[in-house]
Amino acid sequence: MDTAVTQQRSMLSQLGAIDCDVHPDAPGREDLLPYFDDYWREIVTTRDVDRLELTNFPTRTKPFFREDWKATEGKGVEKLRKNLLDPYGLKYAILNCVTAVHAIYDPYLATAVCRATNDWLKAEWLDRDPRLRASLVLPMQNPEAAVEEIERFADDKRFVQVLTLCMGEMPLGRRTYWPVYEAAQRHGFALGVHAGSAYRHAPSQSGFLSYLAEDYVHQVQGFAAQVGSFVSEGVLGKFPDMKIVLIESGVSWLPGQMWRMSKDWRGARIEIPWVKESPSALVRRQIRMTTQPFDAPRDPAELERIIEHLDCDDMLLFSTDYPHAQFEGEAAIPAGFPERLIDRLVRENALATYPRLED
Amino acid sequence: MDQAVLDKNTKADAKLGIVDCDIHPAFGSPAELAKFLPVRWRDHLADYGQRSANPVVGTLPYPRMTPGNGMRRDSWPPNGGPPASDLAFLQEQLLDPLGIEYGILQPLAAGSSTLNQELGAAMCAAVNDWQLDKWTGPDPRLKASICVTQEDVPAALAEIEARIGDRSFAQIAIPPRTIEPAGRRRYWPIYEAAEHYDMPIGMHSAAYGQHANSGAGWLDFYIEEHYAFSHSLQSVVTSMVFEGVFERFPKLKLVVVEGGFAWAAPLMWRLDKQWERMRSEVPHVKRPPSEYIRENVWFTTQPIEEPENNRHLLDTLRWVGADRLMFSTDYPHWDFDDPRYAFKVPLSPTERVQIFRDNAKRVYRLP
Amino acid sequence: MARHVIAKVEELDIGKSKLVKVAGRDIALFNVKGEFFAIANRCPHEGADLCRGQVVGLAEADEPGKVRMTRHGELVRCPWHGWEFDIRTGKSWCDPARTRVKSFDVSVAKGGALTEGPYQAETFPVSIDEDYVVVEI
Repeated sequence: MDTAVTQQRSMLSQLGAIDCDVHPDAPGREDLLPYFDDYWREIVTTRDVDRLELTNFPTRTKPFFREDWKATEGKGVEKLRKNLLDPYGLKYAILNCVTAVHAIYDPYLATAVCRATNDWLKAEWLDRDPRLRASLVLPMQNPEAAVEEIERFADDKRFVQVLTLCMGEMPLGRRTYWPVYEAAQRHGFALGVHAGSAYRHAPSQSGFLSYLAEDYVHQVQGFAAQVGSFVSEGVLGKFPDMKIVLIESGVSWLPGQMWRMSKDWRGARIEIPWVKESPSALVRRQIRMTTQPFDAPRDPAELERIIEHLDCDDMLLFSTDYPHAQFEGEAAIPAGFPERLIDRLVRENALATYPRLED
Repeated sequence: MDQAVLDKNTKADAKLGIVDCDIHPAFGSPAELAKFLPVRWRDHLADYGQRSANPVVGTLPYPRMTPGNGMRRDSWPPNGGPPASDLAFLQEQLLDPLGIEYGILQPLAAGSSTLNQELGAAMCAAVNDWQLDKWTGPDPRLKASICVTQEDVPAALAEIEARIGDRSFAQIAIPPRTIEPAGRRRYWPIYEAAEHYDMPIGMHSAAYGQHANSGAGWLDFYIEEHYAFSHSLQSVVTSMVFEGVFERFPKLKLVVVEGGFAWAAPLMWRLDKQWERMRSEVPHVKRPPSEYIRENVWFTTQPIEEPENNRHLLDTLRWVGADRLMFSTDYPHWDFDDPRYAFKVPLSPTERVQIFRDNAKRVYRLP
Repeated sequence: MARHVIAKVEELDIGKSKLVKVAGRDIALFNVKGEFFAIANRCPHEGADLCRGQVVGLAEADEPGKVRMTRHGELVRCPWHGWEFDIRTGKSWCDPARTRVKSFDVSVAKGGALTEGPYQAETFPVSIDEDYVVVEI
């Protein structure tokens, strides 16, 4: 292990780093069976609801996963400890369960799978290591049930965020979802929007793409559309205490969109007069992003320019995207990240974003 | 930004001889086009109209901010007719005062997005005749686009063959919101012809499409749609790189029009990273995506991004490269860029010449 | 600083605007509900003529979807990019501190009074009985 690696690890450990995007193994039917009631146990068995993977994040995709992490002995929390929690000295790791729960059409089946997944997260992960925190998966197909699910876990502060996909049924700013945001804000949850598509709509304006590599590139468009939606539908002003975290979104695309939207807003604000501040100001106040992947130029010196364009020291949250392959070796913090912001990046910003997270 | 920004004198541009890569000519009346249509299609238009994927007849799905479906308010010709329908006024308001040496016409009502593809092909042919008759003939500063129905490839090829000998045409125009991703093989014969004849493919942002304008479904507001135009262009670039179009047609020139350009650099960074990670999925893509883009793709500048801190645009210019950018006004649309004031950062003399003139002259092979 | 006679009151109806060239400047003159205001004609963004903009009210909303129109006729929307300027102050609505146009003092005076003071009406025949718009530059 070279010196730089040791330094980064020990720094993360000293600072009490919070990793805001960690993925547990995607649970399948066999994992969730104990957490279904008898009706749903019968249904998921008889009707072959077995693998619950999103088509745009299939677990078999070799290049998505880090070989070294994969090779570690063990599974579940034990493996996570060996690969990530211990060596990086994390204070907290926030688990994001990105599976097909978001893509199921039947709103009641989706609700049942969400409930089982959240109970599984609690029992199999949160209860087994005090450093773990998690996002609640919600059936956005059924906003009423999503609110109930928030209420069900309101007292378990280990759930710090509610999770949805950047490409689901509808733009997330729509009023349909407001009751979910109202409940989330009331209980101090952040709203996490993770990369992924429910394939309700093609990921591009020219239809479905031939390659998974293109699909992944297009996640940015999904996130950008949601930023536009949150701004223009008035969600940011309406739920001012709820931070929105773009997870695994890439980072460097956002300044260009802020520039364009803020320019357009001056002439097009009459369409959305409830947006009383420039979109950039609203985005900087309430939108947060995790740092893996970052999508930066090769020259680390350029990273600081991108961060200057973001012009918001509070915006970025440290993440590894474990167990996915986003960075080389142990360099979880993007090369060239300004020293003066490291403390905010790995800790302070997360504490400010997630009110349910105790210091 | 305050008044001081506009106090600088930029008369030099008049001497430069600007190429404006995005001018939208309009019909003075529907009869102007009808003149170039066979009776069969004239009757069809009268009896059935021109159906597109726009869910509303006569109103844009995302209504614009100004009359005329988003026109500059000062662009109505004094002698009547809609904006950019009167050559004399277009000369007086745009070409002469701004020192525009060449203007690339981008007709938006051509028929490329018409659902009845046979009608679409007839309309493209008529619009192509109309551009010569009304615009490029009387004012050779203006250059036409060969409008084609990209979904009916044989018809598109026939139209290209019919027009290619006339140097009044400077590009082949295709809307970016194709039914399938732009890199798919069904469109390759068009790219093959474009490369063979050294004609750029111009892809201009389009208001209609057959797929939702976001991966999360249809957006609600024009301010959202306006930015999402740039996404359709990003998809074109992504698909053409990953499907291997530039590998197969290394001399092909692609111009993406009316999406701004700040997104181009982050897109290249992301494409390169995913290509590295997923190379085994796309073995036919031999080089990092950004290398193809830096050889085969150009971006027009309008609507130019305006950071709060103007100087941030200098980073963007450096990242994208002045050799990839071509100035455009989008006249007579509301989000028009004026060549004197659009760039609120200093450009070096070389960058200025590249962006405002030389890149476009080379790409469009203008004398 | 001098006072210039720039228009007859009766030639500019309520809600209308006019371009006047005075002391080497292009000035957009507006009649807002019978009161006259003058601002620099050139939009500070890309130089469009504000005198050719649409005179509008202010669209406001405290809640998404609940919009009201106030301040009828007190703003002008730039004819190009639609940026709104307060005709009374020259300040833009979206960025009043940084994006604004110069505003000039305007008054209305009888022709008779104008013959007595140090007024400049070089391009303008003034008759004693009519009302005139006067701008101070």
